[in-house]
Amino acid sequence: MATAAITADRTNYLNQEYGIKSWLLTTDHKRIALLYLLSITFFFFIGGFFALLIRLELLTPAGDLVQSDTYNKLFTMHGQVMVFFFLIPSIPAVLGNFLVPLMIGARDLAFPRINLLSWYLYIIAGVMMLHCILTGGVDTGWTFYTPFSTAFSNTKVIEAGLAIFVAGFSSILTGLNFVVTIHRMRAPGMTWSRLPLFIWAHYATSIIQLLGTPVLAVTLVLVVLERALHLGIFDPTRGGDPLLFQHLFWFYSHPAVYIMILPSMGVVSEIVPCFCRKRIFGYKFVAMSSIGIAVFGFLVWAHHMFVAGISLYSALIFSILSYMVAVPSAIKVFNWTATMYKGSISFATPMLYAFGFIGLFTMGGLTGLFLAALGIDVHVTDTYFVIAHFHYIMVGGAVMGYLGGMHFWWPKISGRMYPEFWGKLAAMIVFIGFNLTFFPQFVLGYLGMPRRYWQYPPEFQVLNVLSTAGSTILAVGYILPMVYFLWSMRYGKIAEENPWGASGLEWMTSSPPPTFNFDHTPEVTWEAYNYENIPAPEEVAVER
Amino acid sequence: MSDSPIAVEEHNPALRHHFADMEQQRQASSLGMWVFLATEVMFFGGMFCAYLIYRYWYYNEFAAGSRSLDIWLGTINTAVLICSSLTVALGVRAAQMGKRKLLVILLLLTIVFGLAFLGIKGVEWYTKFQEHHIPGSSFNVDDLIKEYPQIRIDPSHQQIFFSLYFAMTGLHALHMIIGVGIFAVLTFYAWKSLYTPEYHTPIELAGLYWHFVDIIWIYLFPLLYLIDRKPLK
Amino acid sequence: MFDTFPLWPARASTTAGSVDALYIFLVALAAFMSVSIFIMIVVFATRFRRRKGVQAEQIEGSTPLELTWTVIPLGIFMVIFVWGAVIYFRERTPPRGATEVYVVAKQWMWKLQHEEGQREINELHVPVGRDVKMIMTSQDVIHSFYVPAFRMKQDVLPGRYTTAWFRATRPGTYHLFCAEYCGTMHSGMIGQVVVMEPAQYEAWLGGGAAMGSLAANGESIFQQLGCSTCHRFDTQGRGPNLAGLFGKPVQLEDGRTVVADENYIRESILSPAAKIVSGFKPIMPVFQGLVSEEQLSALVAYIKSLNQPPAGAAATPSLLPGTKPQQPKVQ
Repeated sequence: MATAAITADRTNYLNQEYGIKSWLLTTDHKRIALLYLLSITFFFFIGGFFALLIRLELLTPAGDLVQSDTYNKLFTMHGQVMVFFFLIPSIPAVLGNFLVPLMIGARDLAFPRINLLSWYLYIIAGVMMLHCILTGGVDTGWTFYTPFSTAFSNTKVIEAGLAIFVAGFSSILTGLNFVVTIHRMRAPGMTWSRLPLFIWAHYATSIIQLLGTPVLAVTLVLVVLERALHLGIFDPTRGGDPLLFQHLFWFYSHPAVYIMILPSMGVVSEIVPCFCRKRIFGYKFVAMSSIGIAVFGFLVWAHHMFVAGISLYSALIFSILSYMVAVPSAIKVFNWTATMYKGSISFATPMLYAFGFIGLFTMGGLTGLFLAALGIDVHVTDTYFVIAHFHYIMVGGAVMGYLGGMHFWWPKISGRMYPEFWGKLAAMIVFIGFNLTFFPQFVLGYLGMPRRYWQYPPEFQVLNVLSTAGSTILAVGYILPMVYFLWSMRYGKIAEENPWGASGLEWMTSSPPPTFNFDHTPEVTWEAYNYENIPAPEEVAVER
Repeated sequence: MSDSPIAVEEHNPALRHHFADMEQQRQASSLGMWVFLATEVMFFGGMFCAYLIYRYWYYNEFAAGSRSLDIWLGTINTAVLICSSLTVALGVRAAQMGKRKLLVILLLLTIVFGLAFLGIKGVEWYTKFQEHHIPGSSFNVDDLIKEYPQIRIDPSHQQIFFSLYFAMTGLHALHMIIGVGIFAVLTFYAWKSLYTPEYHTPIELAGLYWHFVDIIWIYLFPLLYLIDRKPLK
Repeated sequence: MFDTFPLWPARASTTAGSVDALYIFLVALAAFMSVSIFIMIVVFATRFRRRKGVQAEQIEGSTPLELTWTVIPLGIFMVIFVWGAVIYFRERTPPRGATEVYVVAKQWMWKLQHEEGQREINELHVPVGRDVKMIMTSQDVIHSFYVPAFRMKQDVLPGRYTTAWFRATRPGTYHLFCAEYCGTMHSGMIGQVVVMEPAQYEAWLGGGAAMGSLAANGESIFQQLGCSTCHRFDTQGRGPNLAGLFGKPVQLEDGRTVVADENYIRESILSPAAKIVSGFKPIMPVFQGLVSEEQLSALVAYIKSLNQPPAGAAATPSLLPGTKPQQPKVQ
């Protein structure tokens, strides 16, 4: 850590204490957020490395770069690492951890020691996962479908399952902390209708983490037991039902998508008003649509199983419910767009990411409508169409929001500005690289290329080459921010308290904030996003 | 709930720095425990879901498996657990009134009941082990097939019953062990006079947790032991 | 057949057209929606870019507008839902009188058997214009039978039958993919569906090695395994008479009524105790592990073929459950 580089004239959470121990035993939510930032970045690059190998293998129709078993492990571990060790903790555990107490005017999360425990659980899970990867890996697909995972795969299913089990508890504890903090720790005057939408999004996310994750945990326990002892619960040769596994798995794993996207929506709901200098359009509808997504999100899991052998009528019900969950997402997109109307818009890096998010999320959401349509789903499920769709949501949506949020709050986190030119450049590269990588996959999917194919018929090659080319551009776009964020910790311009002229309590304390966030507990007497009372900064993010 | 007056702000030593006052701290902890119990419900929920499906499909085997469980030990265990819930509830009351000695005694009683439950459960499991009813390579239900010739028993379906039996009671027992551990620590602190009428949140929370574990058993007992106990024709 | 750079999959079944129609509608809708949002963003971003002395206008929101963009999308979604559901309904209901093909999937190959007795591996020959129903099961893990040109996909599960159907419209050779990840050579579990003109198809059928039809094969297995000693075609058998059974409701001993479909027959062979027909004793031995999936297909085909003669001997009249449901059946 470049703590020494901070030359602030007052003590803050970074220079309050020094030494490894002061970090590893910290209960300060801001320091824990940084611990998470380091660890998830590490896993992001591991998962990204797997992704690049996958794309390189798919450059040619023949399976020539790696063996088929290796390829199967690559996409399995790409999925598991990215989903459970990067996307799910990404915004909640880093930005959420850092910002939830600051935004509501609290000195810390309700349970600081549990917060630290949750990071340690994450690290234990991460070490288990790394050990699993380094000693052979696992090849079941991230979905662990039975009976393949329980009776046929001869890779390290048990170890991967247990790693994800432990990571799940880390996620549960984070959610628990957020729910209690948001309920009980708000500063005087910070009513529910004054909460920033980032908080609303995290509240909805936490509910999913709390109610969904335990089901995944117990399902993985059953898979592990089944594999170790041949119980027969998911094994059709012993009277078990493999579809039961799919139901239990998707009961968590579909809402898990909302764990990834909701916080990102929260970030965008902060960025857009700030760079439009105006109150968000339809605050209540945006807030309630977060809750609506969390609730409906629990009722749509079987739309992953339309061709799996579920009954005709349950398919109809899950299809119609899936359309219900699309409505609140649409509401959000319309509200963000409407917020721009008659604004005073400037284009700093976070805003570029927010534009990228809205565009890519819109496309991801619209292609979700294709998949929820039963007749179409039969054709495109388990093809690259699905791959493209969920990458538009999870990478185009969740990761864009995460990067936008990182740029937006980087001055607050580090006390330094990132270089604006490089920030904008990286945002453009990510946007272009992303579309080049994943748009061809929609076409591939409708053509019928199944997912998880190590070799494929030659007529699919052109589109695969485009996709691989895009992925290398995307990789550059992801490495750039890491480089200039590190650079800015020493050389960046010193950030003011509120460099963007943003609303929100987190901007009313110094950058970086002191250990207990505020010198005096703030008292809130204004509504959220009161931009009429905040002067716009003369020039946003001065280039050095 | 709160018959303790809002803590006088002479800075109670138990007040953690990031809370404004004792009341906020108590409410936060209590909400935290309730939220945690909600996740626990979902945790057990997955298994209950599996249980319901297989019970519907393989009713015969579930009925036979249920018959093979020792109903008397099960009933005694239910009674033991209910008694332990009573002692916990009384313990919370004792803590509220500041009766230290009574609190320690009640907590010790709870631990004893908890251990008694685990002991009886252990005896039941050991019997099952001797009968080769533990799922795995040595699983064998020929004894049940012989004992209940009237019921058609498919051994692999029978194994699903016992798998769920051990998974559910095992998970429950794990919660019991954790609970006993928590109470051991709390007893020590209670003995050291850590808890006052103003601050006894840990006792309340542990009590909530214990009641939850108790309630899970109240569901498990009929679902596992009382499926079909009518005399066979 | 396969171009080097296709942008649209071949269309070779009756459902393909309707799936494509909905897809094109959705592509148009999605394009329209994204383009309108992109245009709005670009227009707002230029018109309302930050200027000196121009303040943003604070707008609280607008409930009528919110309701508009809640209700209109919901309405459009419902149209898509119904449209998609209608297609799905057709895809999932095989027409009566379809030719049947039994499919057994295993790591990593497709084994197919025609009603007429032809066996194929990783290749399926079908004539143009005939309804073909696939009755599929897996020997090991979950697979998925996917023919992109037919817009048809169905997971193939171990331990049960799943069905799918199609009617090919255009002769040609089309991809058959396994679409559910099934292990090492998942991507090698591919094959071809060869759609032929009826005349060619007849020639192909005739060209195969002469082996009896699937049902005839099933009949001989039925004799070999001794099924016929109990399942007699009169009322004297110790087991139910199977003639005319298929597709009829069956009254069970525990009061339930089930329809005798492929999965019911399968289960009743493999673990007969699961569903005891009313009035019979659970004396049939368990055949789990004694018959292969192929033999099972033949037996199912045979029992289905027993429906052909006029149903003078309906095995199980469809009684409405008059008896009180009894809990575990223990004699």
